[in-house]
Amino acid sequence: MSGSVAAVAKPSVVRPSLAVWKFASCDGCQLTLLDCEDELLALAETVHIAYFLEATSTVVDGPYDVSLVEGSITTEEDRERIVRVREQSRILVTVGACATAGGIQALRNLADIEEFRPRAPRIWTEERARNERATREDRASGARGPCERTRAQEFLRVVYARPEYVSALGTSTPISAHVRVDYELRGCPIDRRQLLDLLSALLAGRRPAIPAYSVCEECKLRGTTCVLVARGAPCLGPVTQAGCGAICPVYDRGCFGCFGPMPGANTAALEPVLLARGMTDVDIERVYRTFNAATSTFDTAAGRSHEPPQ
Amino acid sequence: MIPSDTAQGLAHRPWAVFFVCPDRRGSEGSIGRGRPALRIALVIDDADRDRPNGVKIMSALLRSLEPLVTTLRAEGCTVVGPRERDGAIVLDAIDSAAQLPSGWGVQTGPGVYRLRRRADRAVFGHSAGPQAWKRFLHPPRERLWSADRGVDGTLTITGPDEEPPRYAFLGVRACDLRAIAIQDRVLGASPSYAARRRAAFLVAVNCTEPSATCFCVSAGAGPDVEAVETRPDRAPADWALADLALTELAEPGDAEPLYVATALSPAGGRILARLPQTPAPPDVVAAARAAVGAATDHMGRSLPDVDLREMLAASLDSPHWADVAARCLTCANCTMVCPTCFCTSVTDTTDLSGDHAERWQTWASCFEVDFSYLHGGSVRTSARSRYRQWLTHKLGTWRDQFGESGCVGCGRCIAWCPAGIDITAEVRALTSQGAER
Ligand code: SF4
Ligand code: SF4
Ligand code: SF4
Ligand code: SF4
Repeated sequence: MSGSVAAVAKPSVVRPSLAVWKFASCDGCQLTLLDCEDELLALAETVHIAYFLEATSTVVDGPYDVSLVEGSITTEEDRERIVRVREQSRILVTVGACATAGGIQALRNLADIEEFRPRAPRIWTEERARNERATREDRASGARGPCERTRAQEFLRVVYARPEYVSALGTSTPISAHVRVDYELRGCPIDRRQLLDLLSALLAGRRPAIPAYSVCEECKLRGTTCVLVARGAPCLGPVTQAGCGAICPVYDRGCFGCFGPMPGANTAALEPVLLARGMTDVDIERVYRTFNAATSTFDTAAGRSHEPPQ
Repeated sequence: MIPSDTAQGLAHRPWAVFFVCPDRRGSEGSIGRGRPALRIALVIDDADRDRPNGVKIMSALLRSLEPLVTTLRAEGCTVVGPRERDGAIVLDAIDSAAQLPSGWGVQTGPGVYRLRRRADRAVFGHSAGPQAWKRFLHPPRERLWSADRGVDGTLTITGPDEEPPRYAFLGVRACDLRAIAIQDRVLGASPSYAARRRAAFLVAVNCTEPSATCFCVSAGAGPDVEAVETRPDRAPADWALADLALTELAEPGDAEPLYVATALSPAGGRILARLPQTPAPPDVVAAARAAVGAATDHMGRSLPDVDLREMLAASLDSPHWADVAARCLTCANCTMVCPTCFCTSVTDTTDLSGDHAERWQTWASCFEVDFSYLHGGSVRTSARSRYRQWLTHKLGTWRDQFGESGCVGCGRCIAWCPAGIDITAEVRALTSQGAER
């Protein structure tokens, strides 16, 4: 079947403007945009790249039709800046695990010593001892911890030689905790086909394809043999939202969960499955405490692995 | 069908395929004498096409599958068969019988699938793998149309590929043959499905070694190919199901297996006639039949012997749904691997220029939250309601919808469920709870 229909003129519109913002992040998601080599020229033709410091130092003032926001909120200044970005953006899209879930840096949210102590994984024992020392010192000096400030400082002491130069909030939070978000692209980093689909969808005024189902479904669509069933490899695919194209199982390893929990993820049901495939409680805590550690689903799953069995 | 059988030709069923002497076509006396000069003739439009009394579809003995693969390829078919890859027996294109998984078997259980070495060199000595033939007849992703806008604004709409691929499936088990028949009823009116299906040549294989997760007997779908092939209630009735049936006979050691081959359609007869063969001695045919018969008694699992449709209709409020929902990941693996699940969703794509658009059909599952999305939200949000949809559709409401069961007992949903949820165990639990109430 192939046929022509009456001529339909291409709507002539002013090129929509695009801004790309960076908050606390590694730049990997912005790089995904630059990585769209074959499509970059077409993109530059269809949209007006008004603000994208990673690509050009030319800055055009807002408002912007579409803002892509990478990174999480970890400083007081950023907490104010994201509000201004929102005000200047018609559509705001968060890209990547940092912006959608707080990112790996949200592990700092866990550095509440009282809550942290009973389930600290072995690798953190030393840091915990240091944190406890620091808290004792803080308390001795009159601080009433743990408050945001002391939590952040415990980590700062571990990482930086001169922590007093660093000004940061005690938590790393997703953009949606601060302003309204129109679309979310998950992943660490995001998937370039999803990004291109989203931009094309916004340009065409159609619904972007952002599936809410599991990574397993993508495995099956592409015909990958399940590594969990056929190899006994632990895999977070059954609780993780699709979008990556199920890359990890293609390379013969389980899913890391970098796209975060799918809606209704049943992590409680996955726990015995992971234990039966050779993971320990500590492994389970660690595997959930990565890119999406601060999501309530993965946080609960990580904590659950240390509860005594009922 | 191959070569170019028409719907009219296919309408004449059942066919009889005779081994005949050159001089006495179709006469009983010539059959089974083991004369080397036998040739095969087809009796289709003959007066005695209704399998005249005493004349049975006859079998030939093949010593290699290579000529079959070569012949089908020469007919222009893409031959798809089992192959060992990534720790499983997958279905993929082959260009030589040497690529079949010689000497590989499998061990299956709830949530477990492992390859194992066999003591013989059987190539069909494994049960259902991660994929089903629906992957080829009802592909996971299919472009329904694309549209292009030219510089002058003219829109050009292009439909799906005009030439459907001509597949030859090598090694379709009885359960999967039955699953194809079930999908024929559901999807037969879809032009693209029908085109792929009618062009396909099916070489079925009888099962002689069911796995721990198999229950085709209690699902009424195996292990005997001919029993499935001749079920009178198939639709569309004028479609041939299998073209050839094979039974593999393998002895422990390095010897190549033998194959008892039977033509089930005119096209199958024509292909079989071109293969090097000897007549199958009656004792070999009997041994093959016995092996298939023995498989009937070695099913790893079974469905309870009750009217499942009634039982499920009476169990909609059973507390057992919450029990299984606590274990279910709602990951959709069961529906994806099930050879009869047919649900799809449709997605539109456009490129950055806005001058090119495509519409794609993709497999979908009732385990997706968005599957039941209506205005304002999803209808089935709980795992309980989604698991219940899957199970009641497969075994209950499928009968209301299509007049038959949607389960063929292949066991894929048991083996490929990461949580090891066993459909037969859940049905058993529901049945006994129902009986108690
Ligand atoms: S490999 Fe992982 S993501 Fe893929 S189907 Fe298996 S459990 Fe799901
Ligand atoms: S429900 Fe399970 S056993 Fe039945 S046909 Fe589907 S995958 Fe096979
Ligand atoms: S069980 Fe679910 S996915 Fe399968 S055919 Fe029925 S509704 Fe569709
Ligand atoms: S029954 Fe098993 S395969 Fe099916 S959705 Fe539930 S956990 Fe996944």
